[in-house]
Amino acid sequence: MSTSLIVKRGLFIVSAAMMLIVLYLIFIWVPTEKNLGVSQRIFYFHVPIAWVGFLAFFVVLVGSAGYLWERTSKWDQLAYSAAEIGVLFTSLMLITGIVWAKPVWGVWWTWDPRLTTSLILWLIYVAYLMLRAYSPWGDQGSRYAAVLGIAGFIDVPIVYLSIVWWRTVHPQALVGPAAASGDLDSAMYMLLLISTSMFTLLFAYLLAERFSLRKTEDEVELARGLAESLR
Amino acid sequence: MTKFWPTVAALVWKDILSELRARDIVISILAFAVLSLIIFNFALRPSPQITPIVAPGVLWVAFTFAGVLGLTRAFVLEKDQGNLVGLLLTPTSRGALYVGKMLGSLFFMLMAEVVILPVFAVLFNLSPFQPELLLIILLATIGFASIGTLFSAIAINTRSREIMLPMLFLPIVVPIIIGAVVSSGIALEGGPWSDTVKWIQLIAVFDVVVLVFSGFAFEHVLQE
Repeated sequence: MSTSLIVKRGLFIVSAAMMLIVLYLIFIWVPTEKNLGVSQRIFYFHVPIAWVGFLAFFVVLVGSAGYLWERTSKWDQLAYSAAEIGVLFTSLMLITGIVWAKPVWGVWWTWDPRLTTSLILWLIYVAYLMLRAYSPWGDQGSRYAAVLGIAGFIDVPIVYLSIVWWRTVHPQALVGPAAASGDLDSAMYMLLLISTSMFTLLFAYLLAERFSLRKTEDEVELARGLAESLR
Repeated sequence: MTKFWPTVAALVWKDILSELRARDIVISILAFAVLSLIIFNFALRPSPQITPIVAPGVLWVAFTFAGVLGLTRAFVLEKDQGNLVGLLLTPTSRGALYVGKMLGSLFFMLMAEVVILPVFAVLFNLSPFQPELLLIILLATIGFASIGTLFSAIAINTRSREIMLPMLFLPIVVPIIIGAVVSSGIALEGGPWSDTVKWIQLIAVFDVVVLVFSGFAFEHVLQE
């Protein structure tokens, strides 16, 4: 067995086992939050998922910068794989946030800075995936995507700032994970940490799988190009 | 390597000359923007009370979408005539190419906006000719042209370029749109300079960041 296979198997087994434990902890072990009730349990998914989304987009930034610097396809494969996983997790973050907000805030969505920035972030990386789908395979498409991967990441702090300023005109919703973080119960805090490490391991596993799959896709595409040119 | 600014000037002059003959870009921006102003009038049915509230939004939606249209045209013309390859073969730096194309697009967008603004004033019964508002429009258009030129050069080489440019462009320019809408709202209501200044600073900071980034990134985009 090759080293990469051992690493992937290991990550899979550990994250799957932790997932089971975390599910038990979330639904049975952890005490119910006094004010928010049972619905608060979704935080143990929502917060780690959001963290993985941001982590993935940071990996896109690193991969994009690496590609423009070195021009080796491994950086591009890393960036692309991370972007796909990032979009998946950001979508899950938006969905878990929306279904939680309706019963608790009474609305599906508010244009709060945090929510709006997340939505813009999601849109930028959906555009990234569209760009990959529509641009030619190979170096040109990789360069385009790398430029967007960096531009998107630079843009997000400015988007956040502009929306914070924009929203200060209106009353702000101060409910949310950030508002409660100061007085989190120690069991809840610990569970959040465990859940976050579980999702981070899951991210590492997915990234490793997607990365090697992307490598194969690149090889297939290269072979197809060669076959075309020989015909 | 030829000198930087004379090359830029030559590039801008080339764009202006071809625009004078074809009248392609400014007319399409203009027609689209005026049409959207009129459509908004039907869609929102603004009464005198709500006009000041919706007017800045209407103006900036018209400018933004019409701007996207103009930016697509700027590179479609280059690409379809095979001109882009010719430009890349000349001994000009990518930096000069970027600045030339960006200034060209900026000029065309500003030309169109100069005509759109009086139309907007008439249709919405407002007086938009205030120094603050003109400054906001200038700064926001610089931001549009800077990032738009970079993304237009990317979108031109993709399939379905018409959808790719707005998909890339609109999420990134959100800070400009927010800044421009809020500050022109304040300016149109005759609010004090101190309220608009922080938004103008936001747009200016965005412009600087985007200009520097696009200048560097353009080199990686145009390598055939």
